[in-house]
Amino acid sequence: MTTTLKPVDAVLVGFGWTGAIMGQQLCDAGLNVVALERGPWRDTSTDFATGFAQDELRYMWRHHLFQNVTYDTLTIRNNTNQEALPMRHLGSFLLGTGVGSGGVHWNGQIWRFLPSDFLTKSHNEQRYGKKAVTDYDLTVQDWGVTYEELEPHYEQFDRLCGTSGRAGNLNGKIQPGGNPFEGPRSNEYPTPPMIQTYAPTLFGQAAAGLGRHPFPHPTGNLSQPYVNPLGAQLGACTYCGFCEKFGCGNYSKASPQTTMLPYLMAKSNFTLKTECEVLRVELSADRTRATGVTYVNSAGEEFFQPAEMVVLSAYVLQNVRLMLLSGIGTPYDPATGKGVVGKNYAYQTMSSVDVFFEDKILNPFIGAGALATVIDDFNGDNFDHAGLGFIGGAYIAGMVTGGRPIEMIYTPEGTPAWGLEWKHAAAKNYLKSFAISVHGSCMSHRGNYLDLDPTYKDVHGRPMLRMTFDFTPNEHKMSDYVTDRAAEVARAMNPREIKLNRRVGSWSVVPYQTTHNTGGAIMGANPTDSVVNKFLQSWDVPNVFSLGSGAFPQNAGYNPTGTVAALTYHAAQEITSRYLKSPGPLVQA
Amino acid sequence: MAGSDERVPADRDAPPGLEAPDLGRRRFLIGGAAAAASISGAAAVGLHDGELGAPPQTFRGAVPWTEGTADVPPGASGTGYLFFTPGEAASIEAIVGRLIPNDEVGPGAVEAGVPFFLDRQLAGRFGRGDHYFLGGPWPKGTPEQGYQSRFSPAQLYRAAITAVEEYVGANFHGASFSKLVAADADTVLRGIESGAIKLTGGVDSKSFFAMLLQNTKEGYFSDPIYGGNRNMAAWKMIGFPGAHYDYKEWVSRHGERVPFEPVGFKGRPGWTEGTT
Repeated sequence: MTTTLKPVDAVLVGFGWTGAIMGQQLCDAGLNVVALERGPWRDTSTDFATGFAQDELRYMWRHHLFQNVTYDTLTIRNNTNQEALPMRHLGSFLLGTGVGSGGVHWNGQIWRFLPSDFLTKSHNEQRYGKKAVTDYDLTVQDWGVTYEELEPHYEQFDRLCGTSGRAGNLNGKIQPGGNPFEGPRSNEYPTPPMIQTYAPTLFGQAAAGLGRHPFPHPTGNLSQPYVNPLGAQLGACTYCGFCEKFGCGNYSKASPQTTMLPYLMAKSNFTLKTECEVLRVELSADRTRATGVTYVNSAGEEFFQPAEMVVLSAYVLQNVRLMLLSGIGTPYDPATGKGVVGKNYAYQTMSSVDVFFEDKILNPFIGAGALATVIDDFNGDNFDHAGLGFIGGAYIAGMVTGGRPIEMIYTPEGTPAWGLEWKHAAAKNYLKSFAISVHGSCMSHRGNYLDLDPTYKDVHGRPMLRMTFDFTPNEHKMSDYVTDRAAEVARAMNPREIKLNRRVGSWSVVPYQTTHNTGGAIMGANPTDSVVNKFLQSWDVPNVFSLGSGAFPQNAGYNPTGTVAALTYHAAQEITSRYLKSPGPLVQA
Repeated sequence: MAGSDERVPADRDAPPGLEAPDLGRRRFLIGGAAAAASISGAAAVGLHDGELGAPPQTFRGAVPWTEGTADVPPGASGTGYLFFTPGEAASIEAIVGRLIPNDEVGPGAVEAGVPFFLDRQLAGRFGRGDHYFLGGPWPKGTPEQGYQSRFSPAQLYRAAITAVEEYVGANFHGASFSKLVAADADTVLRGIESGAIKLTGGVDSKSFFAMLLQNTKEGYFSDPIYGGNRNMAAWKMIGFPGAHYDYKEWVSRHGERVPFEPVGFKGRPGWTEGTT
């Protein structure tokens, strides 16, 4: 039996970064908003206090803050010739759940995409010819939104988080010490960069010696105390080395908890319900309007929540799945290239170079989620791709997020994985080694997509999402090229030895890579090749908005959260200024 | 206000006697009062781990806070084995002793308490397959599709230890693994690691080895509250200072050795009279 609840103005499906941002914007505009989160309530003082936050086993390896795949997972395969099988254990990506979701256990790496990243098709086609954007069956597209349109909203997110960094381009003027390749920023970062430890410092010196342009990684691990526009106060980071996969006990990593919840939770027109999983979006008989959502709580009770507006603010994989389960938009068919929902699923192309010194004590345990010196010389279209046979790129980061010993012991080439030789290598190298990260783009491809699995079901009896994905030759060539550039910096550091960890073979679900899944609910200029318009509004059901990285038509060589947040603010501004006065399509098809 | 009479969901599938650390935590949580900011739903008797059966809650008007609900870690307690039989214990001690042997550089896995750590892990939620999806069907997958067994970790260990001993008995004149000389033991382990040795009982050799090696390193390097990393000797060996929380004054001291003795959640030897 389904209980029908009192109608609300807007229902948010999922309550991480995008749900919190949209919730705050809609509540400030006076709407009555209900957020439904399938995981539990979480907050700093209760769930990741400093007395027990630095627990590698519990949080990283026992997945304490992550989605429990026992109840809901997805199926995976590399191509349509394979049978998709369930992801039975988290590995390649670590899905969030609970209040704050991935915003709790992220690293705090806050990037803006390059202006040319939003014009992946037209920019590369103009510079390198049509073949560059169609080789290897690539299906890259322009975003339908520009860097210039998003800049004020990137700025909003920086002010919210108190991002620590140094501008490289202030209103078109290149600034010393920052990233000279970035798009023009309207303002300096709210707080100065973090202080770099030994390894990132050595990396920066070596990179500069090669004529590269090192700068401090922009970070939501704050260099100093900061009070944001909502009145939330963040503390200075203590470099404890437990950011990624962990909650911050010190209020120094930007998260929905540390930047927004004290403000939002106090609002009388905002209600949060936890342990409530949305099963589907309900549509009107003519399927042009959402009437609300049906959800089930952890006690097994089912409810219908009527709403004027449905905002899909869950993770990309859930947003796409809910659209497919609810019949919003036409599912993508890789055989014909027709349809859009599930199209252009993409990821991130990761590789690294381990660096071993004989006598330099690096103290890798002194770290933070975004503590790095970075070069952006080989990202996006910051370098000439003529004759290289690929588009896209990667940033190269001398990065020390921490020295957590189960995960982060580096041993030289040829060291066995166990036995005395492994133990001796661990003892010898732990303090004197670190990894240079190569964080690469991932273009979209005709065969990479999301749909519903025909066999496997979740605890509610709904089909699991099916992910069909592999790296294309474009990604392999890009990754090899930039990994070689990273190795040049590594060698220039004069270490005893280095070890290249190239991106080899098909995508595997086993080793952790990154939780930067993108696409499937892509944005664009018209409904024939996109799911949502530039304001993240469904072309088919205009009172449904789908937030998050699902909107990315392909993935750039940066961490996605800054762009996810900017797109959310951009959508919220249009909703509150235009849509609420006259609900309907914000862009005419 | 939240109802404080909400029933705490029972552990549906926990074998009796295997949930000691968790039961303690549950009692602790149940003792908490209702969340002041909750307007309906239950007290924050949190099953914080994404488990079904946690009470749904509604929050409005403030960030909630509830006395006695800190999500403290579920450490290992007691002595002796709860999961391993004496025969299995002999096997697993011999196996992990080869994965990380003891010498003057640092402790071996046995000396670090890894078998006890594995026992408590396998007796608890991890062993039951919490955070694993084990539903069928179960066709064999590609290596890229990762773990595809229908076994929970506890079932896998149990079946695998039997299968390893069966292999050793058949190929080494009826011996058991613990009686093998080091070179033979390592040859067997390398064969399981590579998949060259096929184990019986439905055990995928490579999957088992990958899990065992991962869990062994977990027991070796995790906080001592989980029963391994005895005396933090593995941390000492590599130079990891443990659960320190503030390195601000060391950030700019490039190349200097941080002189802190390792510390865990329960402190460190020397903080309590009578500890070693």
